[in-house]
Amino acid sequence: MNNTKLETKNYSMNYGSFRALEDINMQIPEKQVTALIGPSGCGKSTFLRTFNRMNDLIPGVWIEGEVTMEGKDIFEIDVVNLRQQVGMVFQKPNPFPKSIFDNVAYGPRANGLTDRNALAELVEHSLRGAALWDEVKDDLDKSGLALSGGQQQRLCIARALAVEPSVILMDEPASALDPIATLRIEELIRELRENYTIVIVTHNMQQAARVSDFTGFFYTGESRTGKLIEFDLTRNIFTNPADKRTEDYITGRFG
Amino acid sequence: MMSDNKTIEIQHENILLQQKKSNLSLRHATQSAFFTILWIGGIITVLILLAVTGYVIFQGFKAIDLQFLITPPRGGLSGEGGISTTIGTTLYLVLLTIAIATPLGVGAAIFLVEYASDNNISSRFLKGMIGFSHFGVETLAGIPSIIFGLFGYALFVSTMKFGFSLLSASLAGACLVLPVIIRTTEEALLAVPRSYREGSLALGATKWQTIRKVVLPASLPGIITGIILSVGRVVSETAVFYVTLGGSYRMPKSIMSSGRTMALHLYYLAMDTRAFEKAMGTGAILILSIILINLLINFLSRRLTAGLRGVQ
Repeated sequence: MNNTKLETKNYSMNYGSFRALEDINMQIPEKQVTALIGPSGCGKSTFLRTFNRMNDLIPGVWIEGEVTMEGKDIFEIDVVNLRQQVGMVFQKPNPFPKSIFDNVAYGPRANGLTDRNALAELVEHSLRGAALWDEVKDDLDKSGLALSGGQQQRLCIARALAVEPSVILMDEPASALDPIATLRIEELIRELRENYTIVIVTHNMQQAARVSDFTGFFYTGESRTGKLIEFDLTRNIFTNPADKRTEDYITGRFG
Repeated sequence: MMSDNKTIEIQHENILLQQKKSNLSLRHATQSAFFTILWIGGIITVLILLAVTGYVIFQGFKAIDLQFLITPPRGGLSGEGGISTTIGTTLYLVLLTIAIATPLGVGAAIFLVEYASDNNISSRFLKGMIGFSHFGVETLAGIPSIIFGLFGYALFVSTMKFGFSLLSASLAGACLVLPVIIRTTEEALLAVPRSYREGSLALGATKWQTIRKVVLPASLPGIITGIILSVGRVVSETAVFYVTLGGSYRMPKSIMSSGRTMALHLYYLAMDTRAFEKAMGTGAILILSIILINLLINFLSRRLTAGLRGVQ
């Protein structure tokens, strides 16, 4: 069995008096791809944003239970430090209105890296890691916004890699992309799995089946409170789900 | 039965068709009427504008030559001489006012947008202060400029003993343009997409790094627009400077010197002398500088936004 990288114990999250997530216990294994699936509004993105504490930005959020990374409470870790270790790729590609180089160098520079050669090397390494280097190596001065949607998303992945995290969170990274660009992102996820722990939220069940090793199924009833229904090897979830609701969802009966 | 039904159907169709036609022609008529009114309104506005600027510039050009631009006014009630020192004073005053108002205004806007809305602020006192400062900015924008002048006179000229000077005038001028800079900067900051902020924070940048490296550059066009609008405001202002800058026609030697901006000079010429043509000449130069400033706004904001979008 793999080492556990991220873990939640009896984790609940609330916005004011509204309970968004309830009693979630999950062990996310290291250097594996974990997919979070479920119908819209079931809290899977909110759950994802727990791990880099993006939810801290929302007024009125409070939590119960425990969230740990390698056994350490993530709320004890300095948030800037945590986000260097836990990178994130967003649903809509969001490169900064800066050059491709400056986009990738942004994180390292924020961390205080100023040496030109080291930066150039890191930028190349990260762009190669995101399978974008060959397409942009002659245009590093061009604005990141001038790239196509798929390239922009790979730029955002490169930007996240440049900070040298150990975990990468992906919030529906391909939902704004065309099928070919989607395929490239999926290939990339499979490659990144070698060195990173990846947690990906997706609406696309085939995608979850294609890229992930483990899958968690979230569901919410009338209360709008998200719950983790089932967490298992992706192969088990898709061939032999334990819960009726999981089966209904993956066979397309609702959601 | 069948034929009856058919006649009714045809009749019904005819009615519908007629209704459509009359309705359509009525709507067309209404539209033309309102277009005409809008056009007339637009044309009158443009004509008034052209008449004012045209008259001033036409009259003014009789007085304008190189000599007019490079000789100082003679002073007193003669109305003789040119406007060279007033151009210099205007320039100094603009630079000084903007140098004071920009850091204050931009800083205040950053505070109001980025920090004051922070959910970590739990103190009721602080929240109250923030609400009050928002209200204050709104109110400041609506205050007649002579009030700023009186305030500047009371505080800077007499209480702080800066006298009639560039310093007093630029401090009072800064109070005048602060609301403009704060509001435009606030709007520019609010227009920066949340995804930029999230993207930066998610990379382990601190809040200040995010503001400094991502949010401010992205909102620069808006901020610059605010600054240039303020420049225009300072160039055209008389009331504030009438009571804080004094009226010396000499070139200011330091920030403690009194002086006379172009707009102020125009006021003196028009009120105290008979140098009508010189007043018009000064007015023409003023109008031309305002037009130039506006062209500069357009040019800069277009170039900057194009650069940000990645179209070079």
